[in-house]
Amino acid sequence: MRNDLDQDLRASLEEPVPSASPLDQAHLLQHRSAVLREENDLSRMEPDALRRLRILYRVLSVLVACGIVGTLLWGVADLPAFGGGANPTENEVMDRYLSEGMREGGATNLVANMILDYRAFDTLGESHVLFTAACAVLLLLSREPERGDLSRSVPEADAPADPVLVFTARVLCPALLLFGLYVVLNGHLGPGGGFSGGTVMGAALILYRCAFGRRRASAFLSLRGCRTLTGAALAFYALSKAWSFFTGANHLPSGIGPGTPGAILSAGLILPLNIAVGCVVCCTMYGFFALFEESGILPEGDGSSGRSRPEPGSSRFRKGGAEA
Amino acid sequence: MNLSMLWENRPQAAAVILFGIGLATLLLNQNLIRKIIGFSFMDSAVFLFLASEGYIAGRAAPIQNPASPLPASAFVNPIPAGLVLTGIVVSVSVTALMLALTVRLWQRYHTLNLDEIIRLARREEE
Repeated sequence: MRNDLDQDLRASLEEPVPSASPLDQAHLLQHRSAVLREENDLSRMEPDALRRLRILYRVLSVLVACGIVGTLLWGVADLPAFGGGANPTENEVMDRYLSEGMREGGATNLVANMILDYRAFDTLGESHVLFTAACAVLLLLSREPERGDLSRSVPEADAPADPVLVFTARVLCPALLLFGLYVVLNGHLGPGGGFSGGTVMGAALILYRCAFGRRRASAFLSLRGCRTLTGAALAFYALSKAWSFFTGANHLPSGIGPGTPGAILSAGLILPLNIAVGCVVCCTMYGFFALFEESGILPEGDGSSGRSRPEPGSSRFRKGGAEA
Repeated sequence: MNLSMLWENRPQAAAVILFGIGLATLLLNQNLIRKIIGFSFMDSAVFLFLASEGYIAGRAAPIQNPASPLPASAFVNPIPAGLVLTGIVVSVSVTALMLALTVRLWQRYHTLNLDEIIRLARREEE
């Protein structure tokens, strides 16, 4: 076990870290000396004790996992039978949503009715979770020293993509985008909605970016555009739902009715809200991918060209804590 | 333990076992990416459990026919579907956040091994 550890440490030491900036190299030296010191510590440590500790940890982990699974299985065995119509979970709330949903909300897809009409507030929070996560990822990844503004497109030569990938993307991207749009716009009439359709569209954009490089993808939808679109969609969602709640609570005419169930322009706010949610989800999925790619961790991400270039902004790294 | 009921509830049992696999992955691996994969396993297990709770044998997906509306007894429970939707969104966000944090750790310590990261961080504190 100790030999394994030593080998690991040595391998990590010999592993070349590609083209670090001068600052990175200083940091790396510090890191390497720390690892060396640690290696000495480890060899001084009683190998038997270390091994025993690791074995004990693994055994305990397995025991804990098995214990939790056993307890939960015990509980599952006492649950009411799977698929039973009289189970306590199938109660009057569900009956109400199913029997009155189409008359009150106007959508034939009763799940869309539930999440965008009865529980629209919940879905607004959900969209904000996505938005918050996107903001947090942006904050975390844009603190990289060699890049100032994330939204500014970094001029670089994209590596020539695989011809199979390019051909597949050329065939699939329009179909995927169209299908995603269909799923979003049809969300109140059949299976689908903003979340699923937005994911399909986001996947199409990611495929496009993989095949044609970030510059052409940014021309279509930049990170700044993503943020603007997300913000606008969330603001529209919040304002329209605020209007609907305000008028509904005060018994005022809101001008929003369920319409004719089954028609494409029906179900009141559900169709526009589906579009808003679709925008948020699509932009967030695509934004996650773009941010991770631009942080230079993906292979062939061209982050190395930016790394080797010394930049005046690299001193931010030292006082990064204060600036953040 | 009632084994025939356990067999009857096998979707939920499968979800619980999947949860255990995810938990074991989370505990046994020192690599941060593998820990995140284990976490995603646990998320999926919860979604499977919720979705199977909403199933009612012999009933259809809750898409109403506008011409001749069907009674509520024709459809499965729509509430778990909405809850799972919420859960998937949150799990995607949390996974992205965890991966972003991992990227930051990698940039600082050039390793994904949690033990090593903790050791190095301790060294830096000294």
